Amino acid sequence: MSKKINLTINGFPVEIETGKTILEAAEKQGIKIPTLCYHKDLCVAGNCRVCVVEVAGQKRLSAACATPCEEGMEILTNSLKVRNSRKHIIELLLTEHNADCTKCYRNGNCELQTLASEYKIMTQDFIELVPLKKYSIDAYSPSIMKDDSKCIRCQRCVRTCAELQGVNALTVAHKGDEMKITTFFEKHMRDVVCTNCGQCVNHCPTGALVEKNYIEEVWEAIADPKKHVVVQTAPAVRVGLGEELGLQAGSRVTGQMVAALKRLGFDSVLDTDFTADLTIMEEGTELLTRLKKALVDKDDSVELPMATSCSPGWIKYIEHMYPEHLGNLSTCKSPQQMFGALVKTYYAKARNLEPDSIVSVSIMPCTAKKFEAFRPEMYDSGYRDVDYVLTTRELAILIKQAGLDFDKLQPVKFDRLMGESSGAAVIFGATGGVMEAALRTAYEIVTGREVPFENLNITPVRGMEGIREATIKIEDPVEDWAFLDGVELKCAVAHGLINAKTVMDEVKSGKADYHFIEFMACPGGCLGGGGQPIPTNPEIRQKRAEAIYAEDGALSIRKSHENPEVLKLYKDFLKKPLGEVSHHLLHTKYTKRERY
Amino acid sequence: MANSHQLKRVDFIFRNENDWERVLSNTIKKKPQELINELISSELKGRGGAGFPTGLKWKLTSEAPDGQKYVICNADEGEPGTFKDREILSKVPYKVLTAMAVCGYVAGANQGYIYLRGEYKFLKPELEKAIDEFEYYCKEINLDFKITIFMGSGAYICGEETALMESMEGKRGEPRNKPPFPSQAGYLGKPTVINNVETLVHTFTIFKYGSKKFYDLGVQYSRGTKLFSVSGDTPKPGIYELELGMSLQDFVYEFGDGDTKAVQVGGASGFLVPRKKFKDAAIGFKGKLTGISLPTGGSMMLFNSSRSMFNVLDNYLEFFREESCGQCTPCRVGCQQLLLGIKAVKRGDKPASYLEKLLRLTETMQYTAKCGLGQSVANSFSSIVENFREEMIY
Ligand code: SF4
Ligand code: SF4
Ligand code: SF4
Ligand code: FES
Repeated sequence: MSKKINLTINGFPVEIETGKTILEAAEKQGIKIPTLCYHKDLCVAGNCRVCVVEVAGQKRLSAACATPCEEGMEILTNSLKVRNSRKHIIELLLTEHNADCTKCYRNGNCELQTLASEYKIMTQDFIELVPLKKYSIDAYSPSIMKDDSKCIRCQRCVRTCAELQGVNALTVAHKGDEMKITTFFEKHMRDVVCTNCGQCVNHCPTGALVEKNYIEEVWEAIADPKKHVVVQTAPAVRVGLGEELGLQAGSRVTGQMVAALKRLGFDSVLDTDFTADLTIMEEGTELLTRLKKALVDKDDSVELPMATSCSPGWIKYIEHMYPEHLGNLSTCKSPQQMFGALVKTYYAKARNLEPDSIVSVSIMPCTAKKFEAFRPEMYDSGYRDVDYVLTTRELAILIKQAGLDFDKLQPVKFDRLMGESSGAAVIFGATGGVMEAALRTAYEIVTGREVPFENLNITPVRGMEGIREATIKIEDPVEDWAFLDGVELKCAVAHGLINAKTVMDEVKSGKADYHFIEFMACPGGCLGGGGQPIPTNPEIRQKRAEAIYAEDGALSIRKSHENPEVLKLYKDFLKKPLGEVSHHLLHTKYTKRERY
Repeated sequence: MANSHQLKRVDFIFRNENDWERVLSNTIKKKPQELINELISSELKGRGGAGFPTGLKWKLTSEAPDGQKYVICNADEGEPGTFKDREILSKVPYKVLTAMAVCGYVAGANQGYIYLRGEYKFLKPELEKAIDEFEYYCKEINLDFKITIFMGSGAYICGEETALMESMEGKRGEPRNKPPFPSQAGYLGKPTVINNVETLVHTFTIFKYGSKKFYDLGVQYSRGTKLFSVSGDTPKPGIYELELGMSLQDFVYEFGDGDTKAVQVGGASGFLVPRKKFKDAAIGFKGKLTGISLPTGGSMMLFNSSRSMFNVLDNYLEFFREESCGQCTPCRVGCQQLLLGIKAVKRGDKPASYLEKLLRLTETMQYTAKCGLGQSVANSFSSIVENFREEMIY
């Protein structure tokens, strides 16, 4: 029912629904208006002013991102006045910006650099302000580096942290020439509520916020003949990596990725999917145990709903914001950390290696996983379980540095022992995936039958809606689980911490009657993680999600409890889910943290 | 001269009227539309800076869909050297309160706020007493209207109406994108009329004496009177209510020290008028008048020949560099560049022609800054640089 209005852009007529901005109308015409503070994931700020356009009859220019179209508007996106002003603005930004591009981590993928190059800013007439500023670099966090000298004050990070994550770790402080992006009390990011999710990194147009990289450390380990370097790759990496290497969003590159890792010199290329399946075995059993205690033993100390624990950004969030609810968390470590603990025990034994000769590297779509690997609890193998965590972006850098022509690599399979994956593990990379994987297994354990969904696709928990709910009725269970007969298992899925907050507030107030909730810190789940290729936006995440579900559909094993390597692991090493060895290696504790 | 006239001191604003109860109860007997028409025909324009017709402002909010609406009195007076709001609020607070209630009646708002400049905290107790008494009377005449004082944070930018609302909502005081305008979506996203203190007092005058009385004062486009804060090189600094439309020549004759070389009209965001243009400049709103400026805050600062205009500009730019909210590029970085730029020219580190580059930069700031603050830096910059170019260089 939305009305259409007519206007012209650069003399050409455009018809568009009411309520659209000039920027959207121009995009529809195939005209790109440069932007910096604008981001499709965020509310409009209108502060950088590079998107200004001329509206006939108005002396002042209008910010295209913030100005709604009006009937009869005549818009010029490239008049002399627009160009001159825009150029001025870019020049101004560059005077405040430490434009040391060749030494910048974002060199080659920086929106400011691109703009400067498009507008051919070749000289610097204005006064260089950088030497006059006391810019500082915060490199104390194991996950994220913040370099104020690269910041253009677009506030995308601030909006990201507030709107997508509800964390508000970053804020704007001071005014005038001293205005800057900082944290509460200007502490280091390490010392505030920051969850290390890296969404601010993913949304920053410049090199002001980047991941802490461990590229050199990994090269050194690979080069050390005394070290056996094992690498694991998370589910979401295989549907993101291609973008960083010039392929379309949504390209599935699992086999090429494995081939590349082998050529980089890793001694063993394994799959985090293996421990994702293992997580389902442990977590599924934990859920059923909690349900049994609650429903049969009437034990009211049992904490329900049970919440998933594989997203370390979410873990740090709940530790800060809802410390009284840590008992609701599953005690399962994340797949990365389960993997780490097994590599230096189970794998070392099977391969006859000294655990301290093993360097365990993981490739993650995530910056929070870097922090997680540093947690003092994560030394259960007797060593640091995961030595280095690289993001998808860092892996792409390794591949480029090694000069591999990614496109030409022939797909290769993961190595054995901890390299097998079910489709259920792959979908861990998408929001709702852990829930779906858990249901595929738990339902079958309880009823002896497959989940009653076509092709095992539990569509109600899929999608990009911020919070989704599903109920599965258990009918006709096998004898051991007879007490669950007729029980409606209530599940919820939340991704993006702002949605986690909504659900947790309901849990806190006792309004939520769920049994099981999946929480993912990042929008879209891991596929939209803070370590994934930049840019990110809803369309890109949608494509990655489609790729993940296609990957699941293409695998012959679709259920975690059918992963043969997982079964072998239980037989040879762990004995049974929640058993003693599991308890020691695969489960963990959480830490209460302050809000400030 | 039709377009300007002799300087005339008037006394409306501070005139002690002890019949505010009667004014209020009589005024709200009229229909809102009647009151809007009264305001429109008075041609009163906002005294805060932008000069938007007050009647139209009230009308727009009254036409916004029913529901919660607000009236805000902007008392965040931050212009250096001005304190007229303070004088009004301490001498004739009931005029402001009455006007707010009438505005609420017209616009359909039952809640008013006074956004009081942080430094004026000392006014709060007296003002609260006045509000108590006022609300008591409102109850008596069955007028549902409450007034709450909101203390400002001391940032100049919060005088900008949308930054002020952000600050009231507990957010950082940064100007918003417009549209939407406050009349559609203001405080808490609700339709809001926001007027500054002086504007409200003028509406009191209009409602009490009728629009004609007001309209008959002043000249075309600039009706009524205005408070001016006179400062600088003058033997009689202070606050004066003057009829709009006087020529600057007359003004200087009255307030100057005999050696006035320039007057800054409208404070830091206003214009500098040099001696040779005094007789062509009339003080009022933009319009047919020549060499005119908007009397933002009503600040009139006189400079005699002992003053360095370079220092004057330097001070203004220093002020803007600090008081810019810092969010938008042209204002935040532009102010730094202008300040450092004139210093560099003065030192000889940049050629005199660099001033032209800076003038072009102020043009960009005027076209592209997000709010009036950044847009108006060009005013003082270009009027000072163009009229006193020599002083900038040597
Ligand atoms: S990493 Fe996440 S939580 Fe931390 S500042 Fe960035 S967006 Fe906020
Ligand atoms: S850190 Fe990045 S996203 Fe944040 S304001 Fe600076 S440039 Fe923008
Ligand atoms: S013009 Fe200046 S004060 Fe206004 S929004 Fe921009 S930075 Fe803030
Ligand atoms: S993109 Fe429009 S103002 Fe920044």
